[in-house]
Amino acid sequence: MKRWIPLIVFAVLVGFFAKGLFLNPREVPSPFIGKAAPAFTLPVVGSAEKTFSPADMQGKVWVLNVWAPWCVSCRQEHPVLMGLAQSQPVPIVGLNWKDKDREAEALLAQAGSPYAFVPDDLSGKVGIDYGVTGTPETYVIDKAGIVRMKHIGPIDPDVWKEKFEPKLKELGA
Amino acid sequence: MKKLFFAALAVCALSLPALAGEATLNAEDPVIEQRLTNLAEDLRCLVCQNESLAGSHAELAEDLRREIRTQMKAGKDDKQVIEYLTERYGDFVLYRPPFKPVTYLLWLGPLLFLLVGGAVWFQTMKRRRTMQDTPVDEKQLAAAAKLLDEK
Repeated sequence: MKRWIPLIVFAVLVGFFAKGLFLNPREVPSPFIGKAAPAFTLPVVGSAEKTFSPADMQGKVWVLNVWAPWCVSCRQEHPVLMGLAQSQPVPIVGLNWKDKDREAEALLAQAGSPYAFVPDDLSGKVGIDYGVTGTPETYVIDKAGIVRMKHIGPIDPDVWKEKFEPKLKELGA
Repeated sequence: MKKLFFAALAVCALSLPALAGEATLNAEDPVIEQRLTNLAEDLRCLVCQNESLAGSHAELAEDLRREIRTQMKAGKDDKQVIEYLTERYGDFVLYRPPFKPVTYLLWLGPLLFLLVGGAVWFQTMKRRRTMQDTPVDEKQLAAAAKLLDEK
C-alpha cells in the first residue's frame, strides 16, 4: 500500500493540472453577481436628446450586451441576438463600447438592430464600471436591478439555451 | 568619407531620444506617475493576462491607467484605488492575492508541503537510526561467515 502513495499523489496533481488546462482563463468570475448593477446615464446612439439609465428597466428582467462595431466576435453574435429580438424573451440593451469611429448607427441601420436601447459609452468608463475586459460580454439583470449572471464571449444558440434560458426562467422573465 | 560617417552617427544619436520617448510617461506630475507605475506593476492587465498593467499596451490597460491617474489626482490613496479596481474586476486584477479563506491553501500551501516533507524526512531518519541499532547475534554472524566461505 505504502509504495502506491507517490503514484496517488502524482495522479491527484495530474488531475488538478488537467482541470486547469481546460478552464478558460477569460472567464474571470465577476464580482458583481448578486450586487446592484452600477448606475449610469448615457446618451443613446442615433438620438441627440434621449438618454438611457439602468433605472429605466426597473421591474423587468433584461440583458445588457456590451458590444462594439469594431469587434469581430460581436458580428458573429449579431444574428443570434437578431433571432432573440424576434422571439423577444427579454429586452436586450446594447452598450456601444468605445466606438471611437462612430460607426454604430450606420452599422445597426444596415445590419439591423436587436437592441431595445443602444447607450453610447464613448469613453469606456461605464464599461470599466461593469468590469468589462473585452467585447462581447453579456449581463443578466433582474427586476430589482441586481446582476445575476455574466457571460464572457459571443452568445451562440447553445450558450443561450444552456446558460441564459434557465437563468431567465428562474428570474421569472 | 569620414565626414559622412560622422553625419550618419549624428543622425543616429539624434533619433535616440525619439526612441526613448515611447517609454516616458506623461510627465505632468512625476510623483503621481511614480505612484502609478509602482501600483500598476502589481496589477494584472485583464486583456493580456500575464502582463502587468504597467507593461501592457492593450487599450483597456491604457484606459485603466488613465482612470487610476485621475483618481490619484483626486487625492485617493493606493488602497482606495485598489479597492476601486477589485470592486469591478475582482481579486483577479491583483498579482498578490489577498489572504482570506479561499486563498488560505494558496498562501499556506508551501508551509504545508514543508511540514509534510519534514515529517517524511524525520520518519526516514528515525527508521535508519533504529536499523543501525538492530543487534546481530552469533547465529546470524556464523550464517554470514558460512555464506562467504562458500564463494
